Amino acid sequence: MGSSSSSRNKIPNAQELMHQTGFSSAHLLRLHDRFESLDRDNRGYLSPDDFEVLGGLAMNPIGGRIIEAFFSSGQDTVDFSSFVRILAHFRPTDRNRNKEGTQQELPSSRTRKLKFAFQLYDLDRDGKISREELLQVLRAMLGLQVTEEQLQSIAERAIQEADLDKDDAISFDEFKKSLEKMDIDTKMSVSFLK
Amino acid sequence: MCDVRADRYRASAVSQSGGELHLQYAGEHDHHHGGGYRVVQWEWSYVQTPYIIAIWLLVASVAKILFHFSQRFTTVVPESCMLILLGLVLGGVVLIANKKQLYQLEPSLFFLFLLPTIVGDAGYFMPARLFFDNLGAILTYAVVGTLWNAFCTGFSLYAAKLLGFIDEHVQAEMLDFLLFGALISAVDPVAVLAVFEEVHVNETLFIIVFGESLVNDAVTVVLYKVYISFVEVGAENVQTADYFKGVASFLIVSIGGTMVGLIFAVILGFITRFTKKVRIIEPLLVFLMVYLAYLTAELFSLSAILSMTFCGIGANKYVEANISQKSRTTVKYTMKTLASIAETIIFIFLGISAVDKSKWAWDTGLVSCTLVFILIFRAVGVVGQTWVLNRFRLVPLEKIDQVVMSYGGLRGAVAFALVVLLDGEQVKAKDYFVATTIVVVFFTVMFQGLTIKPLVKWLKVPRATNRKPTINEEIHERAFDHILTAVEDIAGLQGYHHWRDKWEQFDKNYLSKLLLRKSVYRKSELWEAYQKINIRDAISVIDQCEADRGLLCLFSSDWPECSLMFVCSRRENGSGVCLDLQVIDNIPGAKVEEDMETHHVLAGNLYKPRRRYQSHYSRHFMPLGEQERQDREVFQRNMRSRMETFKSTRYKRHKKELFQASLLGNYPPVVSHPSVPAALEGCQIPLLPPPPPAPPSPPPAPSSPTSEDSHLPWKGSLGSPPPCVSLEATKIIPVDLQQAWNQSISSLESISSPPAPAEPVHPRVSALSRLGGPRPASYTPPGSAAGSTFSIGPQVSQGSFLFPDKKKEEEEEEEDVEGGVAAEMQPLMSSLKPPGPLPPPPPPPSSAPGSGRRRTPCVYLRSLVTSPPPEPHSRGPTQL
Repeated sequence: MGSSSSSRNKIPNAQELMHQTGFSSAHLLRLHDRFESLDRDNRGYLSPDDFEVLGGLAMNPIGGRIIEAFFSSGQDTVDFSSFVRILAHFRPTDRNRNKEGTQQELPSSRTRKLKFAFQLYDLDRDGKISREELLQVLRAMLGLQVTEEQLQSIAERAIQEADLDKDDAISFDEFKKSLEKMDIDTKMSVSFLK
Repeated sequence: MCDVRADRYRASAVSQSGGELHLQYAGEHDHHHGGGYRVVQWEWSYVQTPYIIAIWLLVASVAKILFHFSQRFTTVVPESCMLILLGLVLGGVVLIANKKQLYQLEPSLFFLFLLPTIVGDAGYFMPARLFFDNLGAILTYAVVGTLWNAFCTGFSLYAAKLLGFIDEHVQAEMLDFLLFGALISAVDPVAVLAVFEEVHVNETLFIIVFGESLVNDAVTVVLYKVYISFVEVGAENVQTADYFKGVASFLIVSIGGTMVGLIFAVILGFITRFTKKVRIIEPLLVFLMVYLAYLTAELFSLSAILSMTFCGIGANKYVEANISQKSRTTVKYTMKTLASIAETIIFIFLGISAVDKSKWAWDTGLVSCTLVFILIFRAVGVVGQTWVLNRFRLVPLEKIDQVVMSYGGLRGAVAFALVVLLDGEQVKAKDYFVATTIVVVFFTVMFQGLTIKPLVKWLKVPRATNRKPTINEEIHERAFDHILTAVEDIAGLQGYHHWRDKWEQFDKNYLSKLLLRKSVYRKSELWEAYQKINIRDAISVIDQCEADRGLLCLFSSDWPECSLMFVCSRRENGSGVCLDLQVIDNIPGAKVEEDMETHHVLAGNLYKPRRRYQSHYSRHFMPLGEQERQDREVFQRNMRSRMETFKSTRYKRHKKELFQASLLGNYPPVVSHPSVPAALEGCQIPLLPPPPPAPPSPPPAPSSPTSEDSHLPWKGSLGSPPPCVSLEATKIIPVDLQQAWNQSISSLESISSPPAPAEPVHPRVSALSRLGGPRPASYTPPGSAAGSTFSIGPQVSQGSFLFPDKKKEEEEEEEDVEGGVAAEMQPLMSSLKPPGPLPPPPPPPSSAPGSGRRRTPCVYLRSLVTSPPPEPHSRGPTQL
């Protein structure tokens, strides 16, 4: 325990992070270890290159998007607290905590999860998934199996289905609405070790 | 009815040895009645076995039908309860009539035939993703939970015996009780399925309980066998090593069973890769391999249920992709039918077996103790395990889930069959155990089965939604999978998604390559999902349209049935990848089958007796009767000569007019642009403008192997919705979906017709196109297609229209026999028949029906390709 508390001290703003993200200190420690192993040069921040060396991510069709999500605010570095904040989206939704009516919404809430997913699609950050943006994701996910024409029709169909205000794009509300029947808690959560 | 049957059995079964009459022992007694020749002979012993089986199946089916007469009744009382009650009544009747119980649930019958049908169905249609998502929980409950139940029940019963709660007549030692605890503790898949399918709890809950009931088979089998061997050698002779052997045996039985299942799954997947030309045996292959997986596991005394389950789970994906739509439907319905009837029989026989007083002995103490113990230990076990599991689970199991899981721990026929299998010599208390098992099974199935529904309602357990995912959900779900995998990679977790992704990579890179056809391998799941959704929409639009208005028929008598044809074939197809299945699927059976399917839809236009006659003539091919063909040939010759003279006049100019004229009349199968939209406006559906003029398509080049689109004659004009059927369908798709629909149709084609040259179908297809190639030259005056701007003209004259048109012709061919058809139809006859001796079309000389199945379909198809062009000509004379 002594070693863990000492290493916890290495983590800046540990208390605040735990509060904001809902991660336990064990989680934080674990993630910090991970962060350090990713940060091979011990710079205290990660750059996109650090992510790209991950083998699994390179094979992931939308891996690039997810890396981008870590660098969303425009910088090309991410420090530990942003790293944790982003990963916190994928915590299982904390039911008890939400019931307490905490002042702020945890990143693991349904809306925040959806927002994260939405931003992966919304490349130009105009708050809408345009047809072209959807197509790009589809293209990445379907790869060479499907012709461009088929992709187009899938995208077309998806937009028709979700687009309620007929602006030929999917806004976040529409996105949320189109997935309202889906069990986001399960489908957008990773079981971080408890 | 029952009395009659009982009498019959009594009359015939006299010679049978006592209560030994059971279904699978075929007529051992071959005695004949008296000497001399008799006009009518009573051959009961000859037909006995199949007869009894058939009668039982009939009873089961009728019972099922009767129960479902009253909707309100069946929503309250589960079917399984009713079946057991019916079994009790039937058993009572037989007993009264016979003084002896003739029928009971024979373990061998149960384990070899009834159980595998149910498990096979369950395994094959198991939602694999859900199953593996919850595998941890399932395995825990199945292994730990069953062991816990078995030991606790066994020891507690022994304790109860020592304390004197159980009567002294029950001669049982600790081992006997442990054995009994092992067989009574396993949750039964049949009972769980029967009850839970009616309750509709949410999928997670269902899969956990049901998965447990399947997987715990390994535990039950091992425990049962280990105890049996212990009982045989006697408790005092059991050595420590034997316990370890038991553990080893568990590992071998469970892992071995799973491996056997997976091996058979691979074999099955691999075999179905090559059934392209013999589609007809595909369903059989599925049944055979899945059943063989079961039997093989039994053969090596591995866990047969595990084997079969994993064979089904493993093979499902590849088999479903490989086999044809019809085979898929066949597999589905046959499996469901068999499973349902097996389940019915099991419950009826359970009821009947309970009436047999000679088999059991009652002890209140034992019965009540067992009931109490299994309920308590089940609940305690579930709560304890869930507490541990919830520490690891993403979505914890709530308290109400635990209540349902505890309460849903139903015992059933497996326990009964196992207890009947006990050797009365070794296990002295067998009769007591039998009685107790019967009571436990009845209590769980009837009482718990009856009350679980109100309980679920009262607890407000989340129910299953029977909702199909939308395309957005399909897309995002896949995206989420990728996201989670990436997040696990980033966070350095070797979690579930990490391994699932690894598995998917492996599957994609190796397994799918090995087990999927090349044509299927290239398909994308998302694309398939998209098509399914599209088709579903189309169907619902059509349905709604038809429900709203019968008016449609007034406007164009042809198109509704065309679309219906479409709907029908789509429905049958399920996922509907293959629009013109009859073309692509050039196996002998496909054509006939498809016709049979559309039969009821087309009934109005068909000359039924003849159609029936045709399909009876050969299951694979529909040849014409000799007489009919002759008539037709003569007729065709005549018509042809008339046509020639007609053609010599300015055919080209007439052609368009003819079409227009014919389009306005209600004859032609092609859409009449003016009338159909008008009709559709009536049903408040946003309409398409008439499709843009199809690009004048060049006549299909005689075999241009480079471009895959021109391989097939009907691909001539790719842009336009190719066959008539899809053109029809386009009409009724709302405007906003039009483009998507069109694309789906056109790409449907490219998908469904295997582009890979290595495919076996290929030579044939290219043969078709080769035949199709010269055709325009010989029939259509050059330029008639190319120069035309009228969109219908080219479509019809080109290959794109061929097949539906063909279908149409067949209908009319039927009609003309009825004589009621207008003269307008008659000329059609000339184009009618395939093997016509028409000089210009080069089809092989008259396809004698006997010329072999392999060859005939080819001839037939070729004739399909070649026959349509004369149609415009032939129609000409009457219309002018």
